[in-house]
Amino acid sequence: MALSYISPQFIIERDASRCIACQVCVRQCANDVHSYNEEDGLVSSHSLNCAGCHRCVTACPTQALNVRLSPLDFRPHANWTPSIITNIYKQAESGGMLLTGMGCDQPYRIYWDHMVLNASQVTNPSIDPLREPMELKTYLGSKPEQLEFSQSQDGLELDTEIGPQLELAIPIMFSAMSYGSISFNACESLARAAQIAGTYYNTGEGGLHPDLYKYGANTVAQVASGRFGVHLNYLNAVAALEIKVGQGAKPGIGGHLPGEKVSLDISRTRMIPQGTDAISPAPHHDIYSIEDLRQLIFALKEATHYSKPVSVKVAAVHNIAPIASGIVRAGADIVAIDGLRGGTGAAPTVIRNNVGIPIEMAIAAVDQRLRDEGIRHRASLVAAGSIRSSSDVVKAIALGADAVYIATSALVALGCHLCQRCYTGKCNWGIATQDPYLTKRLNPNIGARRLVNLLRAWSLEIKEMMGGMGVNSIESLRGNRDHLRGVGLNQVELDALGIKAAGY
Amino acid sequence: MSTAAVQTKTQTLDAGGLYYRDLNERLLELVNEGAETVEILNVNGQRYLGTNLQRPVRLIVHGIPGNDLGAFMDGPQITVLGSAQDGCGNTMNSGSIIIHGSAGDILGHSMRGGTILVKGNVGYRVGIHMKEYETVRPAIVIGGTAQHFLGEYMSGGVLVVLGLNLDSDELHPTHFLGTGMHGGVIFMRGRVDASYLGKEVGQEKMDDADNWLLQRLVQEYADTFKVDSEGIFSVPFIKLVPRTKRPYGQLYAY
Repeated sequence: MALSYISPQFIIERDASRCIACQVCVRQCANDVHSYNEEDGLVSSHSLNCAGCHRCVTACPTQALNVRLSPLDFRPHANWTPSIITNIYKQAESGGMLLTGMGCDQPYRIYWDHMVLNASQVTNPSIDPLREPMELKTYLGSKPEQLEFSQSQDGLELDTEIGPQLELAIPIMFSAMSYGSISFNACESLARAAQIAGTYYNTGEGGLHPDLYKYGANTVAQVASGRFGVHLNYLNAVAALEIKVGQGAKPGIGGHLPGEKVSLDISRTRMIPQGTDAISPAPHHDIYSIEDLRQLIFALKEATHYSKPVSVKVAAVHNIAPIASGIVRAGADIVAIDGLRGGTGAAPTVIRNNVGIPIEMAIAAVDQRLRDEGIRHRASLVAAGSIRSSSDVVKAIALGADAVYIATSALVALGCHLCQRCYTGKCNWGIATQDPYLTKRLNPNIGARRLVNLLRAWSLEIKEMMGGMGVNSIESLRGNRDHLRGVGLNQVELDALGIKAAGY
Repeated sequence: MSTAAVQTKTQTLDAGGLYYRDLNERLLELVNEGAETVEILNVNGQRYLGTNLQRPVRLIVHGIPGNDLGAFMDGPQITVLGSAQDGCGNTMNSGSIIIHGSAGDILGHSMRGGTILVKGNVGYRVGIHMKEYETVRPAIVIGGTAQHFLGEYMSGGVLVVLGLNLDSDELHPTHFLGTGMHGGVIFMRGRVDASYLGKEVGQEKMDDADNWLLQRLVQEYADTFKVDSEGIFSVPFIKLVPRTKRPYGQLYAY
């Protein structure tokens, strides 16, 4: 084999005085970085394969290991950076598209970090969330134009029929991740956590494993272009349906689960032949227009007797505002928008890093457009695509979202270290893998507990922020951009976000 | 069984002027009340017939049903005494659809079980992304011919195109046949130009199992539409299969 030009990205430092050659690192690494030599009784490391996931460092009982970025530098060049050079080496060796996992890692401006929140001082009182009720409950679904009541013997009665709603105890749901892209234990961790926390997780387009039907009341089931595992029992087992048109990490393109990952269990869940590529085409074959989208939305409503809301998920792209308007007019009850930095189990690097717009801009544009057209009430708006903290949640809602989807944050709670190698199927944390030796590392009970802890912590923080602003219901914060100010943004950006600069 | 019992099990429903949602709701009520066969009269473009009926009820449709006839269908047997529009059998799980006329685009899209028989022609992208798994295998038999992208992305199931309305020297007009195909099988009766095939498609010799399968499906077609099956077999079939189950295995750098 010809010499590869690719040099190790990481250096593994092993403190010989601490290493007891217990071989935990050897067993923990699916990338075969560590090996034990029986002759000299020593463990050594081959750093070229290291993904930088820290599993060995975390598992080492004597803290003998450390993983650092390799200090090996090319001659500095502002244009020809090490990653660009290395990518060309990889492509010259393989002839293939570069593949990656998780969300965009490029330094585009993160607008969350350029928006600050308001707080009450003197002229209006702040609220102490420790002693006063704070309402985070959120209903997702189409709301009526107006409410009509009539007087009866028992008092006022609501005459207006209100369509099906999702009831969320906190305005945070787990975003779509399929069984196939993540392990069964990861799916079950999300499902259990959603049930305990009073929110929802999302099947992605991998179908619903029979053992997860019991979490149906806390499940959003996707219908995507591959139609994997989509049948009447699946549609009727869950709380809401979501037509997946696009994903922030890879707008406009399809995807596929490689045949070697389509095991017997995944083949049954997706209802496809074992060992074939599970191809999700770029478009839905039955959607070429807003009218066609309407047809699929109502096919799903017919199939489920109009009993559950239907969401349409799209990637945030240039003309997202009119697109969202069309989706609402097509009859969607929820519009989910996934931004540029949204995650993925596998996407071509060039797509992930170059296509789509930041979610902050998309939410602001869509909320404004729907208000201008007088149809904002007809659908709820869910923001996705890198919500990293409770302050991102609050800012998203103040910009106009009803709720947010989190996925990367949830996986980080489960142990993900953002090594961005999900597509290899060798996740040492038992998340993005189907290898039983790796998946058993993730215990769904512990996973669910960690996720519930995260949601509890964020909801406490959200209440603190709301209290500070003098707001005691998340409803009062929604689309309330007066609570936001921009720092370090130019006027065009401020206008796009619909917020004032700090100081104004 | 008394005549009265038989009568209640066969019901008639006039679809004239009914909105699809009301028609389907009425249909569901009849089925819930125990109807085993429903004759639906004056159907004129109503969508999603059969979608929400998850049991083996018989529907006889007089007229032209709308798009997504039998979408997500699981169990019913639908006979259309007329033509069907687009999206017929979309993501269908089980049951059967028999169309005594022609059908539109994406017939059998993502279908994973059951049977569709069409007496006449079909539109574009028919059988797109058909699937199969374990012992479940869907089949579509088309008496006439099909437009472009027949069997696109096909990952399972059986497509049979008889070309009964073509002249003996006339080619099937189907371009890009089986583009992206990575499973399943297509049997074409009559002349297919090799340059019309998708690049993922190969031709294979028929074996005994193929002949048996084809015999069974063609017989079903012939019995249903009252045509002579021997005459159908007087013209040879060709068998089209995917060259690989992994058409996109070599795209990426890891």
